[in-house]
Amino acid sequence: MAFAVFSTATAPSTDPVARRRSPVALFLLLPGILYLVLFFLTPLVSLLLTSFQTPREFGDIGQYDYAFRWQNYTEVITTYWPHIVRSFSYALAATFFALVISYPLAYFIGVKARKWPLLQSLMLVLVIAPFFISFLLRTLAWKQLFSDESFVVQSLKALSLLGPEAHVTGTAFSVIFGLTYNFIPFMTLPLYTTLERLDVRYLEAGNDLYASPFQVFRKVTIPLSMPGIVAGTLLTFIPAAGDYINASRDFLGGTGTQMMGNVIEANFLVLQNYPSAAALSIILMTVILVIVSIYVKRSGTEELL
Amino acid sequence: MAAGAFADRGADLELVGIEKRFPGFTAIENLNLTIPAGSFFALLGPSGCGKTTTLRLVAGLEEPTSGRILIGGTDVTNQKSFQRPVNTVFQSYALFPHMTVLENVAFGLRRRKINDPVAKAHEALLLVELDHLAHRKPQQLSGGQQQRVALARAIVNRPALLLLDEPLGALDLKLRRQMQLELKTIQEEVGLTFLHVTHDQEEAMTMADTIAVMNKGRIEQMGEPQQLYELPKTAFVANFLGQSNLFTGPVVSTTSTAIAVDVSGQKIVVPLGRAHRVSGEVTIGVRPEKLTLHKDAPIHDAGRNVMGPGRVIDVSFSGVSTQYLVAVPGVGTLVVFAQNMAFGPAAHVGAQVWLSWNVEHGFGLDDDPADAPRFEADLDTKTIAQQRRSSLVTELEEA
Repeated sequence: MAFAVFSTATAPSTDPVARRRSPVALFLLLPGILYLVLFFLTPLVSLLLTSFQTPREFGDIGQYDYAFRWQNYTEVITTYWPHIVRSFSYALAATFFALVISYPLAYFIGVKARKWPLLQSLMLVLVIAPFFISFLLRTLAWKQLFSDESFVVQSLKALSLLGPEAHVTGTAFSVIFGLTYNFIPFMTLPLYTTLERLDVRYLEAGNDLYASPFQVFRKVTIPLSMPGIVAGTLLTFIPAAGDYINASRDFLGGTGTQMMGNVIEANFLVLQNYPSAAALSIILMTVILVIVSIYVKRSGTEELL
Repeated sequence: MAAGAFADRGADLELVGIEKRFPGFTAIENLNLTIPAGSFFALLGPSGCGKTTTLRLVAGLEEPTSGRILIGGTDVTNQKSFQRPVNTVFQSYALFPHMTVLENVAFGLRRRKINDPVAKAHEALLLVELDHLAHRKPQQLSGGQQQRVALARAIVNRPALLLLDEPLGALDLKLRRQMQLELKTIQEEVGLTFLHVTHDQEEAMTMADTIAVMNKGRIEQMGEPQQLYELPKTAFVANFLGQSNLFTGPVVSTTSTAIAVDVSGQKIVVPLGRAHRVSGEVTIGVRPEKLTLHKDAPIHDAGRNVMGPGRVIDVSFSGVSTQYLVAVPGVGTLVVFAQNMAFGPAAHVGAQVWLSWNVEHGFGLDDDPADAPRFEADLDTKTIAQQRRSSLVTELEEA
């Protein structure tokens, strides 16, 4: 047959093993590897070494020697456990509220607004718009709005919804509010990208198979948008757990709302207790890593890791 | 449908004065339709004729602008789609990608809290011979297998009415034939009412008990496949369901049994019972396979209509039959299908021929002749393609 000629000519002639060892791939990866070694691995090792340092004998404040002082870890945990717990509970609460607020928003933009592309783009711009203003400025603006003399707080007090001695800034509420507000775009955008691709024919099929709108949402929409939910919650939870702006006394927090980020900042910049700051950082990283791996494993979206 | 119970038999579907308008156009206008319980009903029409919209209205995925939908005598117009005793096999199959095949099939049973959904799902998968793939994900199946899963997912619920939205469109010819047979068998076995939407006339004719031909949001004609084919009412039906040779002319004489039409000076007789219009300008027609080719002028016979002489302008061989295009001056080009009873064509291009057919085989259309478009036979491109292919084959052989 005439076609047989082609089949032999196009038979794979390259050895797959030889291709895998191609030096070109290594060469192309080199900048990335160098970058990671220089800016990720080196600081990480340095951080790890610092976390085991011991104060220099007869040295000044802020002078430390390399050692293996694992007690640094037990010390920071016993001293700062309320901050550690607070960090993760605030981050969890903020992630939850951001999800609850973002999901309907992303669903509207990604599914309901498909018929009106202009509205869709306009709403997306509105979601991204806060990025054009500095994170710090926006948080400061909220501090103004929540301050004791502000119109909002005065009105709430006038309506007796708040006690005369109550404050809004410096409370857990204002910190969680700030975290939620600041991370909503990070939640909305990944949710939007998965919901925008959601095939509504699956929803119709669910309806056709006797599932009520709520059941369709629970059995079809949520599982199909799981990659977006996982990506959004990670993008919110991880930075929120380490955030030190919102909880800072200069912004929305108070003495009773300090999170791990604030403690690390204080130990590093004010107390110059570098080993404690490093140990806290390592703890923060490890806990986040463990939580995230369990979460991703359980949600069945391993391909994201 | 009550939770936890199957429909024990198919139900009638009744559409009363259904109208569906979308912004800018009317998809369906004043549709009245009754589908008896247990029948296999096909809605046939070209794309955009409103057939899929009709199906979606019955499924509850669209709301009619006006009119009522009754299933088994119950008005379901205001019921949501999940409340209706109806299941759909979607054109895209719409199998849930995050569930296994088994869970897809059990989905409807679980929602209705039917006992032992897994066993019933396995049963349905056995029916479509896919039980061995129950734990795969839909993406891991071929198109034909996915189609069968979609079918199993719908029939496992024993709906009073099963809707099929061109479910065989994505399959290749051989698989399609096989699935047509399977569908028909399943329908007869379980006794459900099937509403099948398709644009494939052959599929509709082989599978359905009753066909409704739809065009521009209206039903042009409804009836048994053979009746529709042999006695089309409109030019659209005559050409959408197979091919037809249509002629237009004034009625010149009427007897108690037949009318005679003057087609460019040739008198063509159509039985009165097969003519929808009996006076004035009428359009009449005859199916290409009913025509006989003659090399000499046939002897006059009261039982046969004769047309000619004409000239053969194209001959194309297609195995079982040969198609001839015959140009008759003043009438136009006629299509003739002749069975290949002997080797070689009966007439060559350029030959002078006469055509004749039994008077009983003609039909008269209900269309206003002014509205009835002459559909040009779409044979020329096919011939060109065949010629291209044969020249390519010789080229390849020489190389």
